[in-house]
Amino acid sequence: MAWPEKLSSKLMIKKIFLLGNPNVGKSVVFSRLTGVQVISSNYPGTTVEILRGQLKIRDESIEVVDLPGTYSLEPSSKAEEVAVSILGESPKEEVAIINIIDSTNLERNLFLTLQLIENGYSVIACLNMCDDTTHRGITLDIKKLEEILQIPVISTCAVTGVGIKFLIERIKEAHPAVRNRLSHEERWKEIGRIIESVQQLSHRHHTFRELLEDASIRPLSGLLISAVVMYASFKIVRFLGEFMISNICDPVFFDLYQPLVMRLSNVLGGDGFWHHLLIGDLINGKIDFKQSFGVLTTAPYIEFAMVLPYIASFYFILSLLEDIGYLPRLAILLDNLLHRLGLHGFAIIPILLGFGCNVPGILATRVLESKRERFIASTLISIGVPCVPLQAMIFGLLGGFGGWYVGGVYLVLFSLILTLGIIMNRTLKGYSPEFLLEIPPYRFPPLHILAAKLYFRIKGFIFEAVPIVLLGVFLINILMYAKIFDLVTGLFAPVIKNLFGLPKEAIVALIIGFLRKDVAVGLLMPLGLTAKQLFISATLLAISFPCVATFVIMLKELGLRYLIKAVIIMISVTLVVGTILNFGILR
Amino acid sequence: MVKKISLLKIKKNQKAKVAEISGGAVMENRLMGMGIYGGREITKLSHFVLRGPVTIKVGRSIIALGHGMAGKIIVEIND
Repeated sequence: MAWPEKLSSKLMIKKIFLLGNPNVGKSVVFSRLTGVQVISSNYPGTTVEILRGQLKIRDESIEVVDLPGTYSLEPSSKAEEVAVSILGESPKEEVAIINIIDSTNLERNLFLTLQLIENGYSVIACLNMCDDTTHRGITLDIKKLEEILQIPVISTCAVTGVGIKFLIERIKEAHPAVRNRLSHEERWKEIGRIIESVQQLSHRHHTFRELLEDASIRPLSGLLISAVVMYASFKIVRFLGEFMISNICDPVFFDLYQPLVMRLSNVLGGDGFWHHLLIGDLINGKIDFKQSFGVLTTAPYIEFAMVLPYIASFYFILSLLEDIGYLPRLAILLDNLLHRLGLHGFAIIPILLGFGCNVPGILATRVLESKRERFIASTLISIGVPCVPLQAMIFGLLGGFGGWYVGGVYLVLFSLILTLGIIMNRTLKGYSPEFLLEIPPYRFPPLHILAAKLYFRIKGFIFEAVPIVLLGVFLINILMYAKIFDLVTGLFAPVIKNLFGLPKEAIVALIIGFLRKDVAVGLLMPLGLTAKQLFISATLLAISFPCVATFVIMLKELGLRYLIKAVIIMISVTLVVGTILNFGILR
Repeated sequence: MVKKISLLKIKKNQKAKVAEISGGAVMENRLMGMGIYGGREITKLSHFVLRGPVTIKVGRSIIALGHGMAGKIIVEIND
């Protein structure tokens, strides 16, 4: 096909937008085009932020922007709103839109495609997931589609990289096509005609995968499957975490690392400022990784031998569930329950992400439609959802006293989520929108994709958490050496002692919880608390202030007024729960 | 005879045609983008108890809708 001459000679395009329906693989294409690694999953609404990168075409470098998915140019959630408004900011002549389309669902995807063309944008259609069409019995006539739409159409499989080179080559052909503006109904009729002439379906028998897809959205079988999936996930996370700790991390620390730091301790003379700072206190003349609390002893032990193994095992299972496409099915099952908390089923995805780290969890609330829902979800996550570092430390600390104590913390948190959710739903003005979610087919990601995602998340943890933890322990030790904390402990002693039944030193842990939860639990370890005291302080660490990173993201997402509201809830809940646990638990 | 009833009332695995969406313009627009509009044929797949969500098949997509929203979708069936 011949395109206008001037367009092919020199690039006029200053920006490329990736736009398409939710869950068509925009982020995977984005990673392929720019080399920027981003998280992609198999559920609608993985991307809630605007991601930017650079694509090199010959000598020129063009900005590529990955936008959250949208079904049409009339947005219905915060994430979609952002996508549409960003698009409107650049002049139409300077942008090219790569419209990513799910090849297995051409019909639904063409609605946005036609809307874009009608609005005068230069569009290139990228039929993604082309490898999936064959075994679903779909044949597409790409040439014909190109003729009808009068725009370049390229079929790709971004996961394996097929077609991406071709897509890049044809970006220069992007140009506006002439199309009459249609009403929505007329547009769907037109799409029906297009599908008729470009798509052929061959009949085949139902596959095992389709049977499973079907079973997971029926009430009885769905509930059964979810129970099995959740139980297995929890068990596997626990098993893998424990396995790595006892077979890899502990041996490395105790057999290889301990003699080294012990030698350093001797060099430093076993006492004094630097010893206090780097090694910490010797317990019975030896370094105790859990209690010494030095920058070179307890700090790396907490991060690498207590938390990191659980980060790896948790994100392994979460990534697997995300990529297979199970999470939206869980959302259906939980819609009813979450509705009573002023949310709807989809809120389970931010909540689950929050179990990894509250920050991405709260960011993911952008997929929810109203501010009311986002406030409820963010508050519930920051109070009732403990992140992996905190959970790992709770396991490490309370696990020794028996499973009931660990289970007890989760029980308290779960009841809190329910109670607070119901109260907020009854008292906050407005109502919560209804659940509306497309359920993706199951997909089985190639292993390298899963590995890359896991690596990306673990790397993120190491680069973001470890420096803060080392610095945190460093500062805490200096403050302790200077006895600055004594002022604070004296001030809060009445509340901590009388209401919560904790020794006054525990306040330091609660304050440090604002910096990082894992370090805070680490501070509890040398205090020699009873099981009940540990149980109470671990629970309070979970529900009181979230860490500073979560705080900042809440301020950004909700604004100061809502953050203050959330903080008032947090303080009241901490006081009430701490007192009830102290006087309610007898042993 | 053609009968108009809410999506909640039809049986699972039953085919029906969307007759009207009585949930206001915002809801109509959201559903429109996903391919649910007057005249469109859909199949109900499942319905969860206690005012739970409803799942339907539209074209090649499976879509889950909250109970309240499903109640506002009126469909036509041949009786």
